[in-house]
Amino acid sequence: MIPTIPQPRALRIVYGTYIALFFLYLALPLTVVAVFAFNDSQFPSLPWEGFTWNWFFGDSRPMIGVFHERPIIRAVGTSAFVAGIVGLLSVAVGTSNAFLFNRYNFRGKGLLYVLMLLPLVIPGIVLGISILVFSSTVANGMWDIAKMDIQALRPGLLLVILGQFSFIATIATLVISARLQKFDRSLEEAALNLGASRLTAVRTITIPFLMPAMIGALVVAFLMSFENFNTTLMLVGSDAPLTIAMFDRLKEGSTPLLNAVSLLLMLGSSLLALSLILFQRRK
Amino acid sequence: MQSGTRLGFYLLLTPLVLWLALLIVIPHIDMFLVSLRERVGVRQYETSFANYLTFFTEPLYIWTFVRTAVMSVLATIITLLIAFPVSLYIAKIARGRLGQVLFVLCLIPFYVSELVRTFGWMILLRETGLVSNLLQWAGLADQPVEMLYNDAAIMIGLVYTSMLFMVVPLVTTLESLDDSVIEAGYDLGGNGFSVLREIIIPHAAPGIVSGSIVVFMLSLGNYLTPTILGGKDSLWFTEMIYNQFIVRFNWELGAAFGFMLLILSSLIVWGMLKLTRQSLEETMG
Repeated sequence: MIPTIPQPRALRIVYGTYIALFFLYLALPLTVVAVFAFNDSQFPSLPWEGFTWNWFFGDSRPMIGVFHERPIIRAVGTSAFVAGIVGLLSVAVGTSNAFLFNRYNFRGKGLLYVLMLLPLVIPGIVLGISILVFSSTVANGMWDIAKMDIQALRPGLLLVILGQFSFIATIATLVISARLQKFDRSLEEAALNLGASRLTAVRTITIPFLMPAMIGALVVAFLMSFENFNTTLMLVGSDAPLTIAMFDRLKEGSTPLLNAVSLLLMLGSSLLALSLILFQRRK
Repeated sequence: MQSGTRLGFYLLLTPLVLWLALLIVIPHIDMFLVSLRERVGVRQYETSFANYLTFFTEPLYIWTFVRTAVMSVLATIITLLIAFPVSLYIAKIARGRLGQVLFVLCLIPFYVSELVRTFGWMILLRETGLVSNLLQWAGLADQPVEMLYNDAAIMIGLVYTSMLFMVVPLVTTLESLDDSVIEAGYDLGGNGFSVLREIIIPHAAPGIVSGSIVVFMLSLGNYLTPTILGGKDSLWFTEMIYNQFIVRFNWELGAAFGFMLLILSSLIVWGMLKLTRQSLEETMG
């Protein structure tokens, strides 16, 4: 089972083959998506019609590339905007939660902790519809009482941000809490002994210690928001983020344009993920 | 608590309470209330269980519900069976850096949007896709084969999409198992099978449970994979919720469906935690 215990040769070969097949299975769908981004044809399927860059840079029909396709560019912008806000908001609230759970004992702490974990076990689509229902209850209530029509509470970017934040905040809290638990409180006490105020001690000692986890949480939150589909689907208004825009196109029938977008997404997110892994290894 | 830290306490408590109250607790209560409304006229409602009655008396709804649950359980089991040997290999067998590299290779595909992964399977499995062409080329089929729009395609997609969430907790728990314990098992006369059953699997139990919970949840709540790989008639419960809300605009029935999905997922998560005597805090936190 482990290197120090010798195993029969046949078993080792079978096991090794299984592992190789597994990684083939992992790589296969992504590889075909990437390869067909360069197919000189209207369809991302065989036969192979030759190599082209047109699905990236093409500027005339029928092959308009990603960089000339306005709706896709706009959707990328929307996604990045939403993901940036969700990321910052999640890290802010996650840090605050981590301090609360790490530093204070209070009645109802256990209950709040379980409540805080719940968003992870609620299906994303249910989170989406519950927020949709509640916000429209509030909006209707405001209309009945004050004849105010609050557009922000109708499906749109604000609701998308709140919906994604509602569960990504849990993940940020867990990531940051894990690091805060490893923090040596005596370092903060030393700062206090040296005359620092409580806030200064936290700002100059604890926060820098937490920084790697905060950056990690920010990247993870950004990626999760960028890729979120289920919750977003229920809350989206007229400005579609990228995943929704791509889904709509996929339903209409796919062209290699989608492959090109996908390939860029893959490159972008794996670069971000890899740099995060390297960054954390260095620490 | 001194007065200074008391202020700090409330400052830290406020965002947490606002978040949980406004985005989690109250919306779910409101959704439940909406599911209890029965439309009797234009903007006139009565409180009743009519929506739940509709759910339980319409065979299509019940069937879809049960089918989604069973398929999700099946997807969880298949994912576990495929992921376990891989995780064991990464955590215990691969030497030196190889394990780390393989682990990162496992992570990379999942930083890519689920949409892209599903799109990849679509290219592979559809009538004009690679697998169909491969089969024809190998002489195993004499005409294009459509492999999309069936349950097997949905299953392949679900298992693929959930793999990471099984591999990561498994690798983490297996890495914490000391090699000498396995060696002791062999020294005491155990063979590969008994060591696996008596030492490795019990040790990995927390990882198995948390991985299974997450995979089950993700499959149950998945919308993209069943819709794209299963086609229009894939009969997945989240599709029914979407249809009631967005297509038919029947929010009352949709909210009832959403609540049923929530109850089902909570029950199964709770049951799995009870069965293995673990708590949500240890498993998720």
